[in-house]
Order: sequence, then C-alpha cells, then structure tokens
Amino acid sequence: MKADIILAGVGGQGILSIAAGIGLAAVKSNLYIKQSEVHGMSQRGGDVQSHLRISDKPISSDLIPQGQADLILSVEPMESLRYLPFLSKKGWLVTNTIPFENIPDYPAIDQILAEVKKVPNHIALDADAIAKDIGSAKSSNIVMLGAASPFIDIPFEKLQEGIRELFGRKGDEVVEANLKALKAGRDYTEKSR
Amino acid sequence: MNNLLLLGDEAIAQGAIDGGISGIYAYPGTPSTEIMEYVQASKQAAELKIHCKWSANEKTAMEAALGMSYAGKRAIVCFKHVGLNVAADAFVNAAITGVNGGLVVLSADDPSMHSSQNEQDSRFYAKFAMIPTLEPSNQQEAYDMAYTAFELSEKLNVPVMIRITTRMAHSRAGVQRKAVKQQNKLSLPSNPRQFVLLPAIAKVNYKKLLDTQAIMNTLAEESEYNRLIKGSDTKLGIIACGIAYNYLMENISSNVNHYNVLKISQYPIPHKQIKELYSLCDELLVLEDGYPIVEEMIRGFLNNGKTIHGRLDGSIPRDGELNPAIVAKALGMAVSEGFPIPEVVRKRPPSLCVGCGHRDVFTDLNVALQEYGTGRVFSDIGCYTLGALPPFSAVNSCVDMGASITMAKGAADAGLVPAVALIGDSTFTHSGMTGLLDAVIENSSITVIISDNSTAGMTGGQASSALGRIVDICKGIGVDPNHLKVLSPIKKNHEENVRILKEELAYNGLSVIIPQRECIQTFARRKKAERRAAGKDTD
Ligand SMILES: Cc1ncc(C[n+]2csc(CCOP(=O)(O)OP(=O)(O)O)c2C)c(N)n1
Repeated sequence: MKADIILAGVGGQGILSIAAGIGLAAVKSNLYIKQSEVHGMSQRGGDVQSHLRISDKPISSDLIPQGQADLILSVEPMESLRYLPFLSKKGWLVTNTIPFENIPDYPAIDQILAEVKKVPNHIALDADAIAKDIGSAKSSNIVMLGAASPFIDIPFEKLQEGIRELFGRKGDEVVEANLKALKAGRDYTEKSR
Repeated sequence: MNNLLLLGDEAIAQGAIDGGISGIYAYPGTPSTEIMEYVQASKQAAELKIHCKWSANEKTAMEAALGMSYAGKRAIVCFKHVGLNVAADAFVNAAITGVNGGLVVLSADDPSMHSSQNEQDSRFYAKFAMIPTLEPSNQQEAYDMAYTAFELSEKLNVPVMIRITTRMAHSRAGVQRKAVKQQNKLSLPSNPRQFVLLPAIAKVNYKKLLDTQAIMNTLAEESEYNRLIKGSDTKLGIIACGIAYNYLMENISSNVNHYNVLKISQYPIPHKQIKELYSLCDELLVLEDGYPIVEEMIRGFLNNGKTIHGRLDGSIPRDGELNPAIVAKALGMAVSEGFPIPEVVRKRPPSLCVGCGHRDVFTDLNVALQEYGTGRVFSDIGCYTLGALPPFSAVNSCVDMGASITMAKGAADAGLVPAVALIGDSTFTHSGMTGLLDAVIENSSITVIISDNSTAGMTGGQASSALGRIVDICKGIGVDPNHLKVLSPIKKNHEENVRILKEELAYNGLSVIIPQRECIQTFARRKKAERRAAGKDTD
C-alpha cells in the first residue's frame, strides 16, 4: 500500500490540520509516514503545499517524485492546479471550488474550473457551502479531507479516529462537528463518482 | 511502531533533551525555529530545568552556549545558515578554545532560498573551523546525532556542528527515543587558561586542534553514519551526502545491489571509503543538497583524475535543492511526467496580513517621501521587507539583519539626504543598536523608522528582546529626545503621522520614529488564548 498526497492551499488556510488528520490515521494503521511541510515566509498569504507520503514499506524521499502523486487535495481551486506536474496520470485531483483572492490578477473562476475539469480524475466541490449546511462553517477543511478519503487507502474508521484525536482537546462538540464534516465530504464524492 | 512523529527540527530538540543538555540558545530563523519552540513547549524540558530562552541574536546565543560549556554543562545553539555569519567570530574561536561540557552548533541551511537571502552551505564553516559535522539523512538520524553529538564534542574537545537543510527541518517521520541521559554537573575547565585566547595560549590550542584532525578523520571513517554499500556496477559509483541519500534511494531502492554507493553523514569526509569507491568505479557522481563541497574536494583544482559528475559539470543544476527527479536525471533514468501547469495559474507571493501595522507605515511613508522621490529607503529583514512588492513598492534594500540603519548612514554620508532606514523591533535589538550608535555619534541626516509590532513576526511571532525597551534603548544610545517620536500607525492617524514624518525628514540630523502596533497574528492568538482561558472558546 502506498499513498502519495500533495496538500495545497494558501498560507493561513490550515492545510496542516488536514495533514495531521491523515498522519494520525496512518500512525493508527501502523503505516510508515513522511510529511514535508512549508514553514516560513510563504505562510504569509503565499502558496503553500505539503507532501504527505504513507506506505506499508519504509519511505525514502521526503518529497514526492514528480508525476507520481496519487492525489492532489487542495482547499483552493487555483492552488490545485499549481502542482499538476506531480500528479500521476492515474491520480485524482480533489479541490474546493471557492477561491481565495488575495492577489490583484486572480483569474476568472470559470477559467480555473475549466482547467480542473480537464484533469481526467477530478472532484470539485463547494466545501464551504457543505460545511455551512451541516452547521459547521469552520470545518470546510475536514469536508475536503472527507471528499478525498475514498482515494486514500486507509480505513475510514481510522480517519475518524484521527479526527477524534486531532480535535479531542477542544471538546466533544467540536469533535462531533468535524466527524460530521468528514462524513459529508465523503458522501459527496461517493455520490458524484 | 510505537514512536513519535517528529519534524527533523523536533527530532533534534528531543535528541538534545534526551542527550543531557542543560540549555538551548537560539535566535529564530527559518528553517531552525521549531527546535527552540519544541524545547520551550516540552514538559520534560521544564521538569529538567533546561534553559530555553531566545537570545538577542546568534552571536549572543553562540557565546552563551560556549559559557555553559565552560561551566561543564552541555549546550546546543541553533540558528539558520545566515545566523552563522553573525555568530562566526564566536564560532570559529570556539574551535580554538575547545569545550568543557559538550557543545553542539546546529545550522539550518535553506537551499533554493525558500525563506532566505542566500543558500550558503554551513559545511564550509565547519571545515573552516576544523570541526566535525553531522548531517542527518532522516529524522531518526537527526535524533540519534543530537543525542550523541555532545559526547563526540567532549571526546574531541571541540564544538560539533549538526547541519540540516529545509526539507530535513520541516519534514515529519517516526522517531524512536533512547534513555534520557543525566545532565553534567557544574565543573570548571581543568586548565584555567583553556579559554584565554591570548596569542601564546591560542597557538598551543591551535596546535592541539590540528593534532585532533587525524582523530576526526578516523572517527568519520569508523562512523556508523558513513557506509559504503557495495554493488555490481563498476562504471558509476555514487556518493550521497545527508538527505541526498533519500533521493538516491527513492530511485534505486528496487535495485540496491547495482550501484556502489557511499553514504556520507559525518565529516570530515571519510578518506578511506572514498578511496575505496574511487578505486572500484570508473566515474563518480556526487549528490549533495547544497554547495558542491565534497565534489570540489574530490575533483581538486587540476581535475586530472577520473571523471567526477555533480553540480560542477552540469549533471546536477548548479543551484537549488535536490529532489528525486534531479537525481533520476543524473542517473540517466526516466522521469515520470505529470500534467503541465495551466497558463491561468498566477504567482501568489507572500504578502502583509490584512490588519498589519506595517501597511499603514508604508502608506504614511510613501506620502511623506513624495517630495523627495523614490530610491532612498533602506530596509531590513522581517515582514516589512514585503513592502518592496506592490502595492507599496516602498523599500529599496534588504541585505542582512541590521543593515538598514548603517546603509542609510553610508548613503547619507555620500550625500543622499534624507535617507530613511526601516527596521523591525526584533531586528533592531538583533543588530540595529550598534549601527544607531554610529549615526548618533555623527548626528547623521537619516530618519530611522523602527516599525514595532512587539514580536519577530516573519518567523512566526517569537518573543522580541526589544519588547517595551525600544524608547529607553534609543535614549540610552544618545538619540536626541526632541527627534524621538512614537506613533500609532492606524488609518485614523494618517495625516498626523505624515506630518510628523515630513518634519523629521526635513530635519538635518538623526531622527528615530517608532510606530507601535501589535502584530495582527500574535494579537489574534493572544485573544484566542484569553477566550480559551475564560472557557468561552469552542473552536
Ligand atoms: C541573521 C539572521 N537571523 C535570522 C533571520 C530570520 N529572520 C528573518 S525576519 C526575522 C524577524 C524579524 O522580526 P522584526 O524585525 O521584529 O520584524 P517583523 O517580521 O516582526 O515585522 C528573523 C528572525 C535572518 N534572516 N537573518
């Protein structure tokens, strides 16, 4: 088993909590993991990515080789396209459709989504709306994780355990909200595949 | 696999704690910052009473660590690569004094300049100072090296460098811990003059350092971190240093018995194994995440031996960090292709946060400077360096920490009047104060703006040594109180602030202006912590 995942977004959007959620699930499944993060300057509203590698065998490189990622999980549509050279021809692109516009020349969203649709295996969803619908507007990240979960070869229960541990400190209410978000995202993908 | 999932930085911190340190000294800098932060957050470190406060700069950190070593205890000092430039005087001389308690210098390099102004390679510094370097290839080695480096330092009577690069610092993997070692007891150096580098004593110490080189070589040859892995191919032999070993293995792990590979993670370079590899193969490929230091050493100036491939012959790009694809290409292997980046994708450079006080400082300053024209603002290193980019395009330099005040002074000496220096609070106490003294002594015609957000914002909001002290420091250095102004950089005060700036720009002498407003990030974090403490936060 191997899952090479690129997480993408804008500094401050919290892709590292998605990474932590998957990481905890991987550890609970007794898998090897390497996860490279971006700290520093680009966290100030620049583009950020994380390479997350999970495997049942020891992992060598901290970086995913180009053209070999199984999944790009992006919380921002334009950012989902930035790392396409890493995506394997058989890989999945899963992205939120709500743009984060902090540059003057941000392209028209239609153009971006048209490019997303050109990727043979893609799922594009309005995670913000889904999160709001279930009454947990802050959980759109975890909705995205749920939407990508069918493409990550880890039992769903382990992801749920990961979420419980990640948010446990913040109380039952927060844990439940995020479990709901995880499920809502997963349901979306299962329905639209 | 019951182990900890740690960043390389965190693995080093945990290794140092378990290895018996009594103190960690550091100044923040990407990608090294998380080492100190980990120790500061560690309950174990608190129980062990490990000293863990930020220093004013890397030189003060290096010297304090040396002082702790003098007193017989183990200390680690951490900074980013350019921090070693600041600490260099103390660093190089610490190799001559030698140590008492084990002393480890951690320098974190940033090839590809993700968050830095250059990609200098700290291994050169260690070679220059003639001390050993440990360069982990994975997080477990990072832990193990930090754990054992203090003993190596005590055994050899020199500081030991641990050199990491950005990917090692900021990548997480499982790490297995070892038993916690006792801290050393307080003890004076057995030779009371060991640390007195008068020429007569320094000469003796230096000879000792030279004599120790042979032992360092032997230890590197015997090190468990350096390994010659034999293969069947006698055409190409490969040397992989530090993290480059991972990128190599990513490509050849399905075929490990093919190449002869020398993994190097302890320096000085292991002569014996290099000679053996050289004799086994027709050509060598050197992989190192940084400058071609090993490549240059093996190739030599005359370059009249076997062919050596690497960064110098173009097999590997001359600059930037390594990755699996670069290594694959150098091995002549096929590289998988993904999808091209569509043209609609735009660059997204970092930018100042919405609600950041530096923004108002730039707006005020740009208006105040209109009558003088552009090209006279010397800036420094911090979030405010982003003022160089649109929409502000407000600053004209960023070189090294503290250079704003001194460069403005030099430009004013040359006749560029008024010249403006723009510096942050943490950078001011890091290395702006001494330059300000130069300007005070000559009453230089410069306007120094210390944009004070009460933190080291760029590196994530660490405590600033300047907190609550800037006005007193300026007065103490001798700034004329009539030209020392504190402002509040908010929209409402725009006109008033522009008026004050214009007045001071017109003054033919030294002015210091201190706009003060808390960093929006640390402000938000503080408020959240307060809400949580009051039990009101549910998020
Ligand atoms: C010699 C050196 N040490 C450390 C750094 C890393 N560094 C860059 S900016 C910065 C903090 C600057 O803080 P401050 O001057 O208060 O400005 P702010 O970012 O808060 O606006 C640090 C520590 C560096 N670039 N060079």
